[in-house]
Amino acid sequence: MPYGRRAPITQKGGKILRSFGVALWFMFLTFPIMVIKISPLEKNIEWRWGRMIYVGAGAFVLSLLWRYVIEQKRGPIPKEEADPLKVDTKDTGWNRGGSHSLQERLAIFFHKNKKFRILTFTGLFFIIAAFPFVFSTYQTSIIITALMYVMLGLGLNIVVGLAGLLDLGYVAFYASGAYFYALMNHHFGLGFWAALPMAGALAAIMGLLLGFPVLRLRGDYLAIVTLGFGEIIRLVLENWNEFSLGPSGIARIDRPGTLGIDFDLRDHTVYLYYIVVVLVAFTIIVVSRLRNSRIGRAWIALREDEVACQAMGIDKTKTKLTAFALGATWAGFVGCILAAKTTFINPASFTFMESAIILSIVVLGGMGSIFGIILGALVLILLPEYLRAFSEYRMLVFGASMVIIMVFRPQGIIGGTRKRHEFHVKEPTGEKP
Amino acid sequence: MDFGGLRALEKVDLYVAEAEIVAIIGPNGAGKTTFFNCITCVYQPHRGDMIIYPPGKASKSLNGLKPNTVTEMGIARTFQNIRLFKEMTVLENVMVGRHCRTRAGIAGAILCTRKTIREEQETLEFSYGMLRKVGLEKQTNEKASDLPYGAQRRLEIARALATEPFLLLLDEPAAGMNPSETAELDELISRIREEDGISILLIEHDMKLVMNISDRIYVLDYGHLIAEGTPQQVTGNPEVIKAYLGECFDA
Ligand SMILES: Nc1ncnc2c1ncn2[C@@H]1O[C@H](COP(=O)(O)OP(=O)(O)OP(=O)(O)O)[C@@H](O)[C@H]1O
Ligand SMILES: [Mg+2]
Repeated sequence: MPYGRRAPITQKGGKILRSFGVALWFMFLTFPIMVIKISPLEKNIEWRWGRMIYVGAGAFVLSLLWRYVIEQKRGPIPKEEADPLKVDTKDTGWNRGGSHSLQERLAIFFHKNKKFRILTFTGLFFIIAAFPFVFSTYQTSIIITALMYVMLGLGLNIVVGLAGLLDLGYVAFYASGAYFYALMNHHFGLGFWAALPMAGALAAIMGLLLGFPVLRLRGDYLAIVTLGFGEIIRLVLENWNEFSLGPSGIARIDRPGTLGIDFDLRDHTVYLYYIVVVLVAFTIIVVSRLRNSRIGRAWIALREDEVACQAMGIDKTKTKLTAFALGATWAGFVGCILAAKTTFINPASFTFMESAIILSIVVLGGMGSIFGIILGALVLILLPEYLRAFSEYRMLVFGASMVIIMVFRPQGIIGGTRKRHEFHVKEPTGEKP
Repeated sequence: MDFGGLRALEKVDLYVAEAEIVAIIGPNGAGKTTFFNCITCVYQPHRGDMIIYPPGKASKSLNGLKPNTVTEMGIARTFQNIRLFKEMTVLENVMVGRHCRTRAGIAGAILCTRKTIREEQETLEFSYGMLRKVGLEKQTNEKASDLPYGAQRRLEIARALATEPFLLLLDEPAAGMNPSETAELDELISRIREEDGISILLIEHDMKLVMNISDRIYVLDYGHLIAEGTPQQVTGNPEVIKAYLGECFDA
């Protein structure tokens, strides 16, 4: 075994021993809070030794499980140290099990079976179309929120998932879209339909404004600056009373215009539901087309290797700026929808928490994968909604699931699969299929 | 070219004629890669001029350009430590190389205009042609990082060729290859010169490959050019033997 690499724990004994060590550590560390209980009133100390056993046993089992799963993920440890110069195709297939993973096989199956595909899409179409008539206004409203996050996730995905620029201030564009509509509506009575494209355009300009100063930054530095940008926008909205009406926010924003037909609250919700569904469909089409286009490839190349990307003749500046601008556009759209949906907005709706949720959607769902992000948004937004009991533990669950996903599936729940191309060589090459 | 107090390159006069294969050799740390980085404008040299004479176009200075503009002008390169786009498929890697020769923008991509579709199809066919040229057409849809080492090096060449260069810079293309792979590479490099008339400037430690294919050789040592000439002239040069070749041939 070459020097400098930790020897793999192959024997069962080693694993158990290590887990035992971990359990001991946990018992020691949690001793003061879990075991000793001092009650100042009765002036005595209660020793709860039973708890120590629970902690020990729990830590032991969890640690063992953790090790087992990690090992499963790694696959069998190769007997010889792999020579980096002689990497074999099969050897690099780490947690992929053969040449195609289950996800890839499903994707190929889905691609090849036209009947199955049509069936799925028609089924989905009817479910989506009928939803607001089957379920209550409340349910519909929740779904609208989830769909809005789908759009936000897909937008941020352009910046983070495709171009690889870690943007923690995405909420700033969301806020600018919302405030644009709210203020325009408040002062000039501008309607939703006129404001929607303008909000997108404004957010795109904001994206460029953020993009210019951070062009030279990468990774952590970029994350910090964008985080600051998001907070600055929120603080401006909170404190510049003459402009944004301050922390009390803007109320009585008009709902989407309905060509003069009278709508009650339920009708409005159903109407908004269809608007959002159409916009989500639009977003999916745009993002998937962009992803497999010349521009999309440039984004991914930028994410994968900046130096090589430039050496391939890609203008780094332009590519980064288009990513920022296009990503922001969607936040602008959704901001406008949010203002029209809630009819009330204030700066408190645009805290860092919002950026964090959107980022979790992108990361959990699978960076760069559209289906993954839809799934991520539905899970992260609908679960806390339906599991009200757990809503207090929301941040805890967020954190824990992020760590677990990052360890076991760094590519997200659904990793991004790339488009496959089939070629039919014109002249026969002399081999039979 | 200086890095802090270290002078990495000093007075390197070098030219490559059309359809010529020229090699740069020299011990480790001689400044060969730094020289490539200067030509491709990854670094800006503190002094000196770099001038290109693209076939059928006016001559141009490369000083002060951005790396992507240099590529657009017709100089493509590969990297010593392979820099592929790992998560992309083999074909897509080559398609990225077509970026500077295509024009489709955001609107075209979103609206799927006729022009964009046609351009995309051309990109696909061109890229596939490049893969066939380097012998990777069977691995079209594989992830780039799943390729064996030698194939990754060839993919880098295909990707560079996709930018339609008139000068190709290869940084140690045979590093880590076994003898049969090196022989294939030898054949590939000659073929690129013959079929496309592309000039090639390569850095290489594999003396057999260098002596086989290059028309002229430059020898660098500590940032200085210590010798130049045909393979025979260079092997006979006592200074070169002292600096570099001696240890290679005798040992
Ligand atoms: N970015 C950098 N910053 C500081 N010093 C550098 C940098 N790049 C190269 N150098 C130094 O410049 C000198 C020349 O390096 P270079 O990489 O050009 O050598 P090389 O001839 O390509 O060697 P090798 O055969 O090992 O690839 C070395 O001393 C190296 O340490
Ligand atoms: Mg080098």
